[in-house]
Amino acid sequence: MAFVNWLKRHLVVIAGLLTLGYLLLPNIVVTVFSFNKPKGRFNYQWQEFSTDAWKDPCGVADMCGSLSLSLQIALWATLGATALGTMISFALVRYRFRARGTINSLIFLPMAMPEVVMAASLLTLFLNMGAQLGFWTILIAHIMFCLSFVVVAVKARVMSMDPRLEQAAQDLYAGPFQTFFRVTLPIAAPGIAAGALLAFALSFDDFIITNFNAGSTVTFPMFVWGAAQRGTPVQINVIGTAMFIIAVLFVVAGMVISNRRTRQKA
Amino acid sequence: MAAVTRAPAPPAPAAPQQKPPRKRGRLTPYWLLLPGILWLVVFFALPMIYQASTSVQTGSLEEGYKVTWHFVTYWDALSEYWPQFVRSVLYAASATILCLLLGYPLAYLLAFRAGRWRNLLLILVIAPFFTSFLIRTLAWKTILADGGPLVGALNALHVLDVTSWLGWTSGDRVLATPLAVVCGLTYNFLPFMILPLYTSLERIDARLHEAAGDLYARPVTTFRKVTFPLSMPGVVSGTLLTFIPAAGDYVNADLLGSTDTRMVGNVIQTQFLRILDYPTAAALSFILMAAILAMVTVYIRRSGTEDLV
Repeated sequence: MAFVNWLKRHLVVIAGLLTLGYLLLPNIVVTVFSFNKPKGRFNYQWQEFSTDAWKDPCGVADMCGSLSLSLQIALWATLGATALGTMISFALVRYRFRARGTINSLIFLPMAMPEVVMAASLLTLFLNMGAQLGFWTILIAHIMFCLSFVVVAVKARVMSMDPRLEQAAQDLYAGPFQTFFRVTLPIAAPGIAAGALLAFALSFDDFIITNFNAGSTVTFPMFVWGAAQRGTPVQINVIGTAMFIIAVLFVVAGMVISNRRTRQKA
Repeated sequence: MAAVTRAPAPPAPAAPQQKPPRKRGRLTPYWLLLPGILWLVVFFALPMIYQASTSVQTGSLEEGYKVTWHFVTYWDALSEYWPQFVRSVLYAASATILCLLLGYPLAYLLAFRAGRWRNLLLILVIAPFFTSFLIRTLAWKTILADGGPLVGALNALHVLDVTSWLGWTSGDRVLATPLAVVCGLTYNFLPFMILPLYTSLERIDARLHEAAGDLYARPVTTFRKVTFPLSMPGVVSGTLLTFIPAAGDYVNADLLGSTDTRMVGNVIQTQFLRILDYPTAAALSFILMAAILAMVTVYIRRSGTEDLV
């Protein structure tokens, strides 16, 4: 009976942890199989332990090239989407203007549209314009679909800002540029950083829109897609595991820093 | 905005940047909006129009396409590919319901029961995102492999007999069946359910739970009458963020499914990139877009959360 009561009280915790397990299971498999030595071309069955792939992560033709291309595209797309998105969020929160409803739906719709629809329609545009598919078309597409997510992230932060802080700065004779760079931007920075991080993750991992608009250019997700048809090298798992570890380290480091700051303030 | 006008008076009103702030402020929002909105108009809205026009064109790759208002394409596309449409909606709906059932406990745990473990658990929810989703989806091929430990266990427990009878799996296989595709879709879009749920649950004042308890509500009643209604915004945005991408997805159906589990995304992809039948592909994509928009509008109207942006 005591056990039943314990179970009842902790049912939510148990169910939640099971879901977490479901979320993490593939990552565990990816990590374990990065130490595999597969017999055939596909790395789906466990054979024997080996660190070959970790010693030679770029040993597969074209993989590291596609990885660096993906990083470049993600960086530029993040930069573009964050700049454009931040400007839009400030306009939405701080100013009155015409056609607000239309603009709001223009920002909402890309998020409410299946990727394959955006991908296919953008490809029709590029085909009609006779554009050369490649780096630039991918970048254009990525900025387009990251933009709305940046707006949402930045807008939330700007909305919670106290406008009196800027008024105070101006009362203290700060010019508009000084006010923006010394007061507004530092306060909005966490929102902008969150938006930029989201844009980077979305762009780096995008497959569907890229697949339609890349032509013969191969980004990292497209390399993995091709590998899934031709044969999956163990190095893919090495990259996957490394990305997971780097991301966790980044987030933990960020948390430690922000914890210290709050402690210093207190 | 009265205080804004108290900025130092400009010495030379002729220069456009030095006009009084209020006048400059009138055009500022348009300058701020212009580049981003232009980008969305040219690369999001305009393509939609191009697509609509392509869908009513006839012709061939060699001779070029002309707008002939050939609406029959829509009829042909629908009558040929309606099974894939139905399948997309069914799979996406199942995945969304599963995401809600699996994601709610975890979001609840994060919001109310995690204590000092909260940050660590949040990291564990978000971190998988950083491994390419294609790599993670391929990992399901290993997990659900024929004769693997999971499938063996399900077989021993006669679970697969039930799911085969329902038509979700076939024989003693899970891979290349609808169950595998729905499992992959659920997995891939689960964080999009958990995070909005967590955000809206976290906003709930914990004292409301105490108040409900003080008024003799049992935990189940508290959940049904207090917690769940207050988490509705999270449920609505989570459902949309899961259903929409799941309905248009073709990656899971391709990697984990078979030719019998093809969804509408697969059809659009093949028509566009391999068969190069642009009018049919555009028509299918247009139908998918219209269907999703209609569903989203109805759903948002009903659940009354209109400001999602």
